[in-house]
Amino acid sequence: MSRNPYVRAITAEWIFRHPRYLRYMAREFSCLFIGGWTLLMVWGLKALSEGPAAWAVFLEILRTPQSIVFHVLALGFAVYHSITWFNLTPKALPLQRGEEFVADAAISGAHFAAWAALSLAVLYLAGAF
Amino acid sequence: MAVSNKPIVWGPFAAGGTLTAFLTPALILLMLLAALGYTPDLLAYERLHAFAGHWLVKLALAGIVFLSLWSAAHRLRITCTDLGLRADGAVAAIVYAVALAGTGASVLYLLRI
Repeated sequence: MSRNPYVRAITAEWIFRHPRYLRYMAREFSCLFIGGWTLLMVWGLKALSEGPAAWAVFLEILRTPQSIVFHVLALGFAVYHSITWFNLTPKALPLQRGEEFVADAAISGAHFAAWAALSLAVLYLAGAF
Repeated sequence: MAVSNKPIVWGPFAAGGTLTAFLTPALILLMLLAALGYTPDLLAYERLHAFAGHWLVKLALAGIVFLSLWSAAHRLRITCTDLGLRADGAVAAIVYAVALAGTGASVLYLLRI
């Protein structure tokens, strides 16, 4: 007797079963914005390599309302990715001192502090303020 | 022992996830400021062209592009599985190809600067 193997249907419906799943999907969807923005950066490098006129056009396109909306969304998703990533660091890098493990908050806290310092340094060195 | 290629795709994903967590929000904010008309000094053509002209900066930019695109590609692949897409092989081929193509393009443009 031969039967077709049972293939369980997988749908996207599970996402809405619990707020936790929705937060998980929001984190995973950050990849579309981070990847999309990186491709925009590659396009910027193209403009930069073509000379001042092409760069001016690139900056002009950045100033369109669609670009501003995209950048605001991308910034939100990128920050959400950072927060979720650093919150997981105690799981990924548990530190043992003698018998005790270093507190989770100390490990993620160190990452958040380094993130803040690095972001401020980048903004300062780029002349944003 | 079974041979697995998982570490090869997962390594750059973890590295890219860490890099984008630390750096990408600040970089997006710089571009957002430019988009709003408050262009940071670095994004003026003369300064950025000189800055990106240094070989070390080119190397760093190519590295940022590769790791960001790769980790986004890997995450998108996993998300496609989560959403019920069964064609993992095809999805993997497409997303990693886009990541590598984007990296290749950035290297090409950086070499012209």
